[in-house]
Amino acid sequence: MKYLKNLLGWVDERFPLIETWEFHLSKYYAPKNFNFWYFFGSLALLVLVIQIVSGIFLTMSYKPDALIAFASVEYIMRDVQSGWLIRYIHSTGASMFFIVVYLHMFRGMIYGSYRKPRELLWIIGVVIYLALMAEAFMGYLLPWGQMSFWGAQVIVNLFSSVPFVGNELSVLIRGDFVISDATLNRFFALHVIAIPLLLAGIVFVHLVALHAVGSNNPDGIEIKKNKDANGIPLDGIPFFPFIVVKDIVAVVLFLIVFCAIVFFAPDMGGYFIEANNFVPANPMQTPAHIAPVWYFTPYYAILRAVPPMFGSQFPGVIAMGVAAIAVVFLPWLDRGPVKSIRYRGPIYKAFMASFVVSFIGLGYLGLMPVTPTYTLISQVLSVVYFAFFILMPWYTKIDKCKPEPDRLTFK
Amino acid sequence: MKLIKKLWVLVLFSTVSAMAFASSEAHLDKAPASLSDQASLQRGAKFFVVNCIACHSAAYMRYNRLADIGMTEAEIKTLLPEGSKLGSTMKAAMDSESAKMAFGAAPPDLSVIARSRGNDWLYTYLRSFYADATRPNGVNNVLFPLVAMPNILGGLQGEQALVVEKHEGGHEVQMLKLTTPGSMTTAEFDATVGDLVNYLDFMGEPAKLVRYKIGYIVLGFLFLLLILTYALKKEFWKDIH
Repeated sequence: MKYLKNLLGWVDERFPLIETWEFHLSKYYAPKNFNFWYFFGSLALLVLVIQIVSGIFLTMSYKPDALIAFASVEYIMRDVQSGWLIRYIHSTGASMFFIVVYLHMFRGMIYGSYRKPRELLWIIGVVIYLALMAEAFMGYLLPWGQMSFWGAQVIVNLFSSVPFVGNELSVLIRGDFVISDATLNRFFALHVIAIPLLLAGIVFVHLVALHAVGSNNPDGIEIKKNKDANGIPLDGIPFFPFIVVKDIVAVVLFLIVFCAIVFFAPDMGGYFIEANNFVPANPMQTPAHIAPVWYFTPYYAILRAVPPMFGSQFPGVIAMGVAAIAVVFLPWLDRGPVKSIRYRGPIYKAFMASFVVSFIGLGYLGLMPVTPTYTLISQVLSVVYFAFFILMPWYTKIDKCKPEPDRLTFK
Repeated sequence: MKLIKKLWVLVLFSTVSAMAFASSEAHLDKAPASLSDQASLQRGAKFFVVNCIACHSAAYMRYNRLADIGMTEAEIKTLLPEGSKLGSTMKAAMDSESAKMAFGAAPPDLSVIARSRGNDWLYTYLRSFYADATRPNGVNNVLFPLVAMPNILGGLQGEQALVVEKHEGGHEVQMLKLTTPGSMTTAEFDATVGDLVNYLDFMGEPAKLVRYKIGYIVLGFLFLLLILTYALKKEFWKDIH
């Protein structure tokens, strides 16, 4: 014990170990009324680690070569020791990442976590989300099945609808005139190095920003307003050990769900791993029905809902892009006097509920083949989706809010 | 909290209605396949090696993997084609180019066919050939119209004809009727195709046999861990008011 203490002292003279530990964990005061919705931040971090570790092992056996990529995935599934387990962990992790991140973002929305002073924290979070979408999109090409190939084909073609530079842009992304070996190689490079590096960096910045401004809470009030004589928030508790032991319970619950999927339903009925992706990529044969993986389908439905204008798909592409980044404007769209949904009025709640319905509805429609009825419903839901943002300055202002409490509501 | 509850109801409702919509596909017969039936898997494996790999490869499946379904090395050796070793993958006897010349389309590799098509589709497809004089090989398929594959199981099943029954109100029902019996009864043939599909399911993902077993152990461990971690959390939080 004495030696350990000496070692700690030696390190601490040369590196701010204790200071870092205290600032981020043992003396980081978090609101003590965190509820269910507050688990998804640490769970997102957990899934990031799961994806990086399982990804490293997959990279050891995967071959980014259009001729043998598909076979190398089957090699992992059959001949690599526990390769099937590592691959299912990675494929399940991809979908679970989006589930966790969507719930994390939804938490931020309902409790006003994007409001002052957390605007920058929120923007960094949106950048993480966009990087995650790029990461998932590029990773999905790697198994080189029919859905990998045609999904990438459809998405990259969207860039060719950009006026003037579209064709050059899509060739630049593909590195070829069609999705090919060159595309597979660059997507592999971006998927295993560039974007993970970026993700790790911005996740770190996200945490630094969070620990500077402090966590929001379900009441949407600042715990730093009520401090004791030592400057410690009265409604705060140290992150370590209190929030940590609480999060561990959530981690185990999450792992139960995660492992249930990995071991008993890794395909998730074709939503996590599509059946058509067990057919090797074939540029000569377009599948009858191309649907992106479920986490992109809300935006895909918006893309299809916008009719071509002036003979160009570009307006739809713009709508899709704006839909994906719309949340970044929330800090400046929201004019409500309170942050948390607990103290908002009925108009906000109605808009929020219709937003959730539109997001899930669009997600469902994006998986379906195009029919006139579905297109009409997609158009209505797209309008609802955008109305939530565009009308926000108005409805948050006129809404009848309840007064916020001075202190946290806890039990 | 009330609103959150309402949201959940909405979410659940939309998911359920989504699932209801999704099930409007062509009718498929339920495949009588069970991975726990080792005898069926072994029959299916033998049937596959004898009848299918003349044209179809299973390029990711190694013969020695048949040990996973309880076959001994000696039994597997009896199935090996000339020139193949225990660790060899299942190659087609006919090369892809000549098969393409003979049938008009290259026979697909069957390693993961059960994963892309599903058991029920395969079970229905293999039993849905019928005589059609307009086709070069004399047969057509209800589930896969104009398919290039000849009905190689016709000798076992017999010959079927497509009968269209007209019902009141003008709607038609297509049915397959056995016109010439084969060497097997319908029940025998269905069971044989069931064994084959069962094997194809195993071959699509050999790890499935161990996946469930490990899964129960992992979940059991996690439930125990949940109890411990919950108790830990309670202990730490008992003085927080």
